[in-house]
Amino acid sequence: MTEQVDPAPGVARPERRARPAAVSLAGAPALRLIPKTDVPQSAKDFKSDQEVRWCPGCGDYAILAAVQGFMPQLGLKRENIVFISGIGCAARFPYYMNTYGMHSIHGRAPAIATGLASTRPDLSVWVVTGDGDALSIGGNHLIHALRRNVNLKILLFNNRIYGLTKGQYSPTSEVGKLTKSTPFGSLDTPFNPVSVALGAEASFVARTIDSDRQHLTSVLQAAATHPGTSLVEIYQNCNIFNDNAFEPLKDSTSKDEATIRLEHGKPIRFGIGGHRGVIRDAAGHLKVVDVDQVGQDALLVHDAHDEDPSTAFALSRLSHPETLDNTPIGVFRDVRRPSYESAMSAQIDTAIARRGLGDLQGLLAGKDTWIVR
Amino acid sequence: MTRQTAAKPVQTLTDVVIRFAGDSGDGMQLTGDRFTVETAAFGNSLSTLPDFPAEIRAPAGTLPGVSAFQLHFADHSVVTPGDSPTVLVAMNPAALKANIGDLPRGGIVIVDTDEFTKRNLAKVGYPVSPVEDGSLAEYQVHAVQISSMTIEAVSKIGLSRKDAERSKNMFALGLLSWLYHRPLEGTRQFLETKFAGKREILRANLVALEAGWSFGETTEGFAVHYEVKPAALPAGRYRTIRGNQALAYGLVAASERSGLPLFLGSYPITPASDILHELSALKNFGVRTFQAEDEIAGVAAALGASYGGSLGVTTTSGPGIALKAETIGLAVALELPLVVVDVQRGGPSTGLPTKTEQADLLQVMFGRNGEAPVPVIAARSASDCFDIALEAVRIATTYRTPVFLLSDGYLANGSEPWLIPSVESLPDLRVSFATQTNHSLDDAAGGSDFWPYLRDPQTLARPWAIPGTPGLEHRIGGIEKKDGSGVISYDPANHDHMVRTRAGKVAGIDVPPLEVDDPNGDADVLVLGWGSSFGPITGAVRNLRAEGVRVAQAHLRHLNPMPANTEEVLRAYRRVVLPEMNLGQLALLIRGLFLVDVIGVNQVRGLPFRVAELMTAVRSVIDGTEQRTVIGTAGRYGTFVTRGTNGLPSIEVGGDSDEPFASDLPAAGRPGGDGPPDDAGSPSTTGTSSPNGAHR
Repeated sequence: MTEQVDPAPGVARPERRARPAAVSLAGAPALRLIPKTDVPQSAKDFKSDQEVRWCPGCGDYAILAAVQGFMPQLGLKRENIVFISGIGCAARFPYYMNTYGMHSIHGRAPAIATGLASTRPDLSVWVVTGDGDALSIGGNHLIHALRRNVNLKILLFNNRIYGLTKGQYSPTSEVGKLTKSTPFGSLDTPFNPVSVALGAEASFVARTIDSDRQHLTSVLQAAATHPGTSLVEIYQNCNIFNDNAFEPLKDSTSKDEATIRLEHGKPIRFGIGGHRGVIRDAAGHLKVVDVDQVGQDALLVHDAHDEDPSTAFALSRLSHPETLDNTPIGVFRDVRRPSYESAMSAQIDTAIARRGLGDLQGLLAGKDTWIVR
Repeated sequence: MTRQTAAKPVQTLTDVVIRFAGDSGDGMQLTGDRFTVETAAFGNSLSTLPDFPAEIRAPAGTLPGVSAFQLHFADHSVVTPGDSPTVLVAMNPAALKANIGDLPRGGIVIVDTDEFTKRNLAKVGYPVSPVEDGSLAEYQVHAVQISSMTIEAVSKIGLSRKDAERSKNMFALGLLSWLYHRPLEGTRQFLETKFAGKREILRANLVALEAGWSFGETTEGFAVHYEVKPAALPAGRYRTIRGNQALAYGLVAASERSGLPLFLGSYPITPASDILHELSALKNFGVRTFQAEDEIAGVAAALGASYGGSLGVTTTSGPGIALKAETIGLAVALELPLVVVDVQRGGPSTGLPTKTEQADLLQVMFGRNGEAPVPVIAARSASDCFDIALEAVRIATTYRTPVFLLSDGYLANGSEPWLIPSVESLPDLRVSFATQTNHSLDDAAGGSDFWPYLRDPQTLARPWAIPGTPGLEHRIGGIEKKDGSGVISYDPANHDHMVRTRAGKVAGIDVPPLEVDDPNGDADVLVLGWGSSFGPITGAVRNLRAEGVRVAQAHLRHLNPMPANTEEVLRAYRRVVLPEMNLGQLALLIRGLFLVDVIGVNQVRGLPFRVAELMTAVRSVIDGTEQRTVIGTAGRYGTFVTRGTNGLPSIEVGGDSDEPFASDLPAAGRPGGDGPPDDAGSPSTTGTSSPNGAHR
């Protein structure tokens, strides 16, 4: 994979610093082209002067705090970080980040970010979106960004409801959902965002929960250091229109039983005391079993780097869409393939190497000319 | 010249219009292209009109499958591809049937009689061959066995019959090249490049080309051949160029002159795709092309690239503009440079994808939610597509605004000679990004911060601060923001101020004055135009002047804002005629903006205006008998006759007038606006008792 990229002429290229910060992910190959800071950063540096205006108790606050707290770990120059959002409650996010940011239009953030990331490999580009923004109106842009593997970090806040428009069902709402627009229950089968992303050739797919700061941060670390598109689904509570939607994964009495914490290279084991696990049965299906029944060795070992996405997809199907029983969180898939903008830059480099830097006068003249005297 | 052909008499012509027509698989576009290049190299002035079906391969030999290419060349400056051909080359019965109606009496017809088989004739409803039944008696018909002579000529090469026959377009080209004294050398070189590595095919094409030439030279069927002397054009190096190609090159030139890397986000659509193709091949100019998942993503990615400091461009046609509208509105709010190219085609909806029209003007002017002003400029010729691209970039970058660049299917595919400009002569489009804070915090420490909407007092443009610039981190968005600081604001007074500021910024764009061509300064009728109708209007005005008619011409390249002197120009004439390939879109703007009663000449046939039609229309305005198309008032749809009295027009409307109400509604069984007014069905003759009745 060629990543030897020069920003195109005219785009100011900030000088590159060699020294990464002491506690930093800055050494990650995926961040190689992004200028590093030599000034210590804290979460405070990433807070803008804007008053945060989500409903009190909204899960977005926790995500914002986690992201602001995580940013210093990247060790990147703040001016080389961009947050781009669409429309929805989550889409206010960029206003609160003291980085470059754009609050765009409904569903289009991945497309706008694709144009930015394709032309500026020296930027760390983040997309903040919601279940309606990413999976309804912007579904097309999301799947195409994923298959292209543009260097974007997409944070999909999934609260299974439309919040900003005051409570209609969303493409991730469970069937039969009673909302203002579905007084007799919704009819649509919901999307499972992780399944969608895996089906769309995503190279990095993860899921985490707004209230689990530690897990959220670990997933952000993995996403940020992945070269190409990272899709992170964040279960986020909307306490106004869909309160406690993820309660089984949050309540201290149920969460350990309901949540499968995926860790690369480790047997998939969960439940209180790890008494439950995932195996592949004789028919090839994934199945949740009692570890005592099958033994530790029979458990499936999670391989996030598996080129074949079918096991990751099967894992994404374990969770019950209504009870959320057996919901895996963590990194489902993390595989390497060339990122879109590096391939695009490589084509340009090759064209220049073969044909020389473009000669405009020669282009205008072409081959068939004549002279009038 | 490739050889001397003095054996036959040579007749000198000033003007020739050839139409090559054949099945869409016959290679007529290539034949036309090559004849164009030969003609250009010979030094004639020229203009072309390719006319091909939307179907990639309609059933062979059928009328929908006919593909044509018209070329007008002359010993004087040519501005249109010609109203009608003087020579028709018909490669099969369908091509003859589809085109013979356009050929004036006495015109030359060259047909490939080998294709006039019973089966092919039946496909288009000819009971007997028109070549044999005398129905072409009023033309000069040359019945030539093009296919069989081609097969015979290339027989030694050892190709299959089918492959051999495919060279017949080169036979036709050779014959026409002999007939009009065109050099063949360029075509030989072209074939050698095109078929490099395919020796047999190359040889077959070269042999067929020669055979066609030799046939003309030796056959008794052609008693004379013709010569059209080179035209007196301004000195310099020339090439031929098509509109889409010129537009692509203009964008590359603008990228180089501005120092901004070019990013094209686009989705394939006829007739704009060739711009995407051209730019995709120019990667060594640092051009990034992105074939998006849809029209929306095309413009969104371009806007994202602009945000990052590239020259963001999107290219499409009318249906694509409809899809991009919301993102263009965002660009208006973000105040970022963006070039949106609309190569117009026949609408509405899918409409006539391969045909031309100028009916997107109001869409680009107003097709967005809210008050969302966007500058609009329009190319007037194929080569002007180059200059207008540079102009679009000047406006976009200077004023930090999206800009609409209108072209159309006629300009996109039509070609003309182009005096190649020197790169140094092109406008300097350098831009500077913001690098420093611009607003004092008025604190004790003398601190400062960055206000993304603090405007340049001259242009009202906001600073372009691209990500990566330290200290200027800021957030922008589609929500209304406070002028200056750019923070979200729902304040009523601020919104009013911002709406007016954005409008004022666009209205204040520096555009050159409208030039008037009125050689003696004594005309009292002005023909106003915009876009691709420049050629036909110029042709009509020229011809009218040659007849002694006093008429002036002005052509708008800038449609929003219009030049500052527009109203003054319009008011200087007793009457203003405005031909448009729509039902009066610019006319509506002119009337609304200036209260000037322009007289529209409106045609939406998917084809450019004919010079003769425009001459007739202008004459009718001069003598006060013009027709008017009126739309938008209940019961008053139709074409109306104006009765000129003392030069003041009056429009007769309604059923109680004794002037015929010339409804052109399909319900009345009439084609749109084509017939003379006095043979139209009036309300009484169509049996309706009120003007509204015509709508049913």
